[in-house]
Amino acid sequence: MIHTLAQPQLSVVNESANVQPQQNAAKMQVLHLSAYFGKTQALKDVSLDIMEREVLAIIGPSGCGKSTFLRSLNRMHEVAGGRISGRVLLDGEDIYQRDPVMVRRRVGMVFQKPNPFPTMSIFDNVAAGLRLGGMSNRSALTDVVEESLKRAALWEEVKNSLDKSGASLSGGQQQRLCIARALAIRPEVLLMDEPASALDPISTAKIEELIFELKRNFTIVIVTHNMQQAARVSDRTAFFYLGELIEIGSTETLFTKPHEKRTEDYITGRFG
Amino acid sequence: MIASLDERIRTLLRRVPAPGMGVENSSRHTNLGDRAFRGATFLFTFMIVVLSGIMVYQMIDGSTLSLREFGLGFVTSQIWDPVQEKFGALPFVYGTVVSSLVALILAIPLSLGVAVFLAELAPRWLERILSFMVELLAAIPSIVYGLWGMFVMVPWIRETIEPPLSEHLGFLPIFEGAPYGFGMLAAGLILTVMIVPIIASISRDALKSVPRAQREAAYALGATRWETITLVVKYARSGIFGATLLGLGRALGETMAVTMVIGNRPIISASLFDPGYTMASVLANEFTEATTELYLHALIEIALLLFTITIIVNMLARLLMWTMSRTISQGGRA
Repeated sequence: MIHTLAQPQLSVVNESANVQPQQNAAKMQVLHLSAYFGKTQALKDVSLDIMEREVLAIIGPSGCGKSTFLRSLNRMHEVAGGRISGRVLLDGEDIYQRDPVMVRRRVGMVFQKPNPFPTMSIFDNVAAGLRLGGMSNRSALTDVVEESLKRAALWEEVKNSLDKSGASLSGGQQQRLCIARALAIRPEVLLMDEPASALDPISTAKIEELIFELKRNFTIVIVTHNMQQAARVSDRTAFFYLGELIEIGSTETLFTKPHEKRTEDYITGRFG
Repeated sequence: MIASLDERIRTLLRRVPAPGMGVENSSRHTNLGDRAFRGATFLFTFMIVVLSGIMVYQMIDGSTLSLREFGLGFVTSQIWDPVQEKFGALPFVYGTVVSSLVALILAIPLSLGVAVFLAELAPRWLERILSFMVELLAAIPSIVYGLWGMFVMVPWIRETIEPPLSEHLGFLPIFEGAPYGFGMLAAGLILTVMIVPIIASISRDALKSVPRAQREAAYALGATRWETITLVVKYARSGIFGATLLGLGRALGETMAVTMVIGNRPIISASLFDPGYTMASVLANEFTEATTELYLHALIEIALLLFTITIIVNMLARLLMWTMSRTISQGGRA
């Protein structure tokens, strides 16, 4: 079964590379990745490429392994006690052979629920990652904090209250604060785990706009339950089902002419 | 955003109606059982207030002679002479405060270490065993701690702890003098042993209740394990503070174990090697010997003083907690 799956999937990857020739460099390569929690296998032999400066959306029903997949890309899966087999390459180097701290500084992450540090001010939240990295120069920090908040489209709303607690912001603002915090350490890849699922429609629209802006500078992988969202923000989409990668292709193709029956069933709402 | 235990309790309490407020209004819509339950719980709660009031009244009433005789001088005088009927409580206040402070200074880092290990570092099976044992320690009667203190800890302090301290740090006033074993240091140490389990187990709960999302946020920013733990501790600090407060409460009021190792002499000495006396100890020791009316009233006034000091300490701590949570919600660049 795995065998029959691997072939169409690889050909799809090649096809999408041809469709968008400006994105020919793979930023990350996932090779035969399986992930486990104890004895349960959450991810089964997934292989795919993540292109430089693309937005890759991961869709699929709950429990299909999409979050686990995302968390395998910056070694967060092991924080929760999981383990993996297979390889994940970042610029050709296996991240599982490197220091997880360094990996996570290059591959940033935004979570489903906004999780700012409530004991810290807005400023300190954004500066947290930099301070962890040993940066203490006040003016340099101020610059990066301002730049990151601007990139996260939050600067105008908080520039006069940087001393206030991050927890004092609204949910949507908190999520953008978390994005700013992730951006401050200048990651190369940004992983987003359903970043808008806990937010109201207006905040969601802001986050989506933001993703559009961010892809000029960053490679983004976004997990989403919301297929309209995937269609709106992503260049390519991957469909996961029961821990397997069923199909990956350009978002347009996947939503209009899916190769796989299961993909079609899912996006037309027949299951999931 | 941090819902400390204290705040949660306060939120719960807010649902209990204040006397004469909204009771008839809301009870019109509830049935008899609800009303009876509300009434009963309110009565129980109110009894606590009444009981404290009665206690204060009794203590004031029982110490009128001494209150009238010595006035404020009771708190500032260092002389405790039952024969001459001269009573001053300062040495006892000093003994209680200093022994508790010594205990806190030693217990806080120790408990925090235990709590961090249990909550963050130990494998699940080890955590379960150790947590159980730590909680068991908190349940040992204080007389047992006292006996152990007298026969094991005091000789050990006299022979192993105090000589090197006085040899190397003897120039400090707190380590001056001859090593007796019995004294303020012994009292502080026994209190440390007694309050570490309390502070550690409650701090562990506070650390474990820090959301996983906070840990993940730190790891995802490239924090090491140590850095993540620092953040988690910071997040749980009001819970840890509450735990410390409970420990302090126990230290201030602890009677038996302290009495058995502190040396029981009403003197004020800077040296921790010297004997001392605490308010709780003098009450336990001299109550049966109080032959004269004034002596008895002086002892009850000490009880009143202990009650007052405990309340003041708790209020100060609450104030500190309040300003702390205010700075949290306002932020503040470090």
